Amino acid sequence: MTLSPQNIWLIPALPLLTAGIGAFTPRRGRGLAAGSAIAAMVLAFALSCAALRGALAAPAAHLVYNFDWFDLGDGAVRLGWLLDPLAAFMCVMVTSVGTLIFIFSLGYMREDENFARFFCFMSLFAAAMLGLLIANSLLLLFVCWELVGLASYLLIGFWFHKPEAAAAAKKAFITTRIGDLGLLLGMIWLYNAGGTLLFYDGGNGCLEASLLGDLNLQTTAGGLALTTVIGLLVFCGAIGKSGQFPLHVWLPDAMEGPTPVSALIHAATMVAAGVFLIARVYPLMTADQTLAGVPLHALTVVAFTGAITALMGACIAVAQNDIKRVLAFSTVSQLGYMMLALGVGSWMAAIFHLLTHAFFKALLFLSAGSVIHAAHHEQDIRRLGGLAPRMRATFVTFTVGMMALAGVPFLFSGFWSKEAILHAAGEWPVSLLPLGIGLAGVVLTAFYMTRLLAETFLGSSRSDSAEHAHENSAVMTWPLIVLAAGAVGLGFIGMPAWPWLQSKLSGEPVPPQSIFEGGGLMMLSIVLVFTGLGAGWALYGRRPRANAAAPDPLAANAPAVFNFLGARMKFDELYAATAGRLGQFLGALAVGLDRWVWGGMVVALAKFGELAGIIDREADEAGLNAGFNAVSEKLRGAGRAYSRAQTGRAQGYLRALVIAFVVLVFLMIAGGGG
Amino acid sequence: MSPLPLCLLLSSGLFCVGLAGALSRSNAILVLLGIELMLNAANLNFIAFWRFGLTPSADTGIIFVIFSIAVAAAEAAVGLALVIAIYRHQKNIRLQEAARLKG
Repeated sequence: MTLSPQNIWLIPALPLLTAGIGAFTPRRGRGLAAGSAIAAMVLAFALSCAALRGALAAPAAHLVYNFDWFDLGDGAVRLGWLLDPLAAFMCVMVTSVGTLIFIFSLGYMREDENFARFFCFMSLFAAAMLGLLIANSLLLLFVCWELVGLASYLLIGFWFHKPEAAAAAKKAFITTRIGDLGLLLGMIWLYNAGGTLLFYDGGNGCLEASLLGDLNLQTTAGGLALTTVIGLLVFCGAIGKSGQFPLHVWLPDAMEGPTPVSALIHAATMVAAGVFLIARVYPLMTADQTLAGVPLHALTVVAFTGAITALMGACIAVAQNDIKRVLAFSTVSQLGYMMLALGVGSWMAAIFHLLTHAFFKALLFLSAGSVIHAAHHEQDIRRLGGLAPRMRATFVTFTVGMMALAGVPFLFSGFWSKEAILHAAGEWPVSLLPLGIGLAGVVLTAFYMTRLLAETFLGSSRSDSAEHAHENSAVMTWPLIVLAAGAVGLGFIGMPAWPWLQSKLSGEPVPPQSIFEGGGLMMLSIVLVFTGLGAGWALYGRRPRANAAAPDPLAANAPAVFNFLGARMKFDELYAATAGRLGQFLGALAVGLDRWVWGGMVVALAKFGELAGIIDREADEAGLNAGFNAVSEKLRGAGRAYSRAQTGRAQGYLRALVIAFVVLVFLMIAGGGG
Repeated sequence: MSPLPLCLLLSSGLFCVGLAGALSRSNAILVLLGIELMLNAANLNFIAFWRFGLTPSADTGIIFVIFSIAVAAAEAAVGLALVIAIYRHQKNIRLQEAARLKG
């Protein structure tokens, strides 16, 4: 069975439907909300597999289905679905990892009274993410992009009664919004210059050669090519969403959300959307590569941003004490690797790493969630420890994830995808600096993951909650085991000896490399991985920490560096002192303007109105009312005068009658009548 | 002097007496008496103009007067009833005090 592009909208529509169901489910309808959400994910997974089959049948073709959204002026705004191996692989990844995380959440969120709301938000996220993947229009992609941001906001702040969670949700939303502004500007500029936002449209799309060729001829300020500027603006969106330097600060704070959320959104899928976006618009990003005289290529910026992020994230992860924050900074670092791969020209390596990373990072987060759930929400690794004998399944799966992330050779998927990135970086003609940074990151990654594993699972339990921890139920361990299998097995689809994934993604056969081609680099990185593992073992594994208050071995040797890294390189403080201060100043300015200038004007206007009212009232009272009063008084006087004749005395009336009659008679006689 | 002017003089005198009584008395019954006198002065005129007029043979004058007397009787009944009502209301029949229609 295959799925044609016309019907591909069913994949996001299913979770969207269950999000609607979840929204209307009362709190006690836990089974309905969770059951429908998981059923929709499983169905979406089946449909994604069908779509993947269809896409793999013709990997080079971009199967599209475009339609008019609404008419505007002479033309129409058009949207569309796109089915190609990139979208299909991503859909399969999102739905499979999503299904497992949904199942895990059944156990993790069991005690939460807002169970139905949780599954509603998770389904909304899945729908938006899948919509983002199959969009054939930058506009549609942007809509879904903002929707995943909204779902991320809602889920980080899921426990909004905690002030840290509410603040983290706000921070994530605002920080990513800064990047999204760039994406919006790039999108508008692209529409203005090219007249379409459809990616592929039978030769007229914005990612196709004819339009990109036109754009390449235009230059803007500073001699930059138009494609470079638009590419960099789009990249701003990816910086915000994928937690790249300098907008990475929201991602560690996002760990305030429930752990399944961290696994699905802030490790496996949403943060990878930035990488996906750049991979999707890769023809646009690479368009300026053919130009010789331009001062800057967009991909150069991407490569260096990724390299800086990779190294920075790895350094900070070394000195974190919260199990989820270590993983969060490792996510930042790994996303940096993916950006690096995009920047040095190998988008397939980036997507390969994205897919493997999704599995092993979801595995690590869910294992951490399993630990946290068992240890009664104790997240500080100094107070954990000694969990290996008590939680065997979690220990084993966490170790698999850790080995995959550290890049332990041959058996684990992270090794192959990281090798692909380093290999691509080694062939970059512009600079070898990203390669050096990437290799340094390899050591650090192996080191901090060893530290995390040793602190959490080895040694003695250093708190009551860790002592009383025991393995979780099957509904939580089975997703871990499936993900662990993925974390091991997924590496083989893209290894140099059998580059199946690369050939399917690019639509052209990629020749397998021999063992010896690039073997030197591989040997170097293997040595570096074991250096990191060995250093971590020597410092943390050999003599585990005795109690929670004991100093960290690194802190004992280099306290200044450790504290600086522990404070996350003071980025939050730096932003608070610059952007935050600027914001406060602008806020104070705005308040001052409001209160004194605009407020003063308003008060003056009000006073003027009041004055006009007083004048009006006085004129009424003195002029109009007095006039009417005088007339009325006259009328009343006249009435009083006339009523005086009405005495009610019959004889008086009779007298008047007689007098009048006599007068009448005399008048008749005198007037010629007689 | 022919009998018609004499009759008219008599009836004029009678009318003036009645008018004076009706205007000057404060007793409601005496006012009614004055009114009766004025009415009868008019009746006397009818009779005189009929008896000394152009066609004394037809009985028009007498018929007219009989009607007038009948109306006067009815009027006297209504007048006396009003007098009784006034008396019940204000315990006397002084017309000066009966100046208000309000009960």
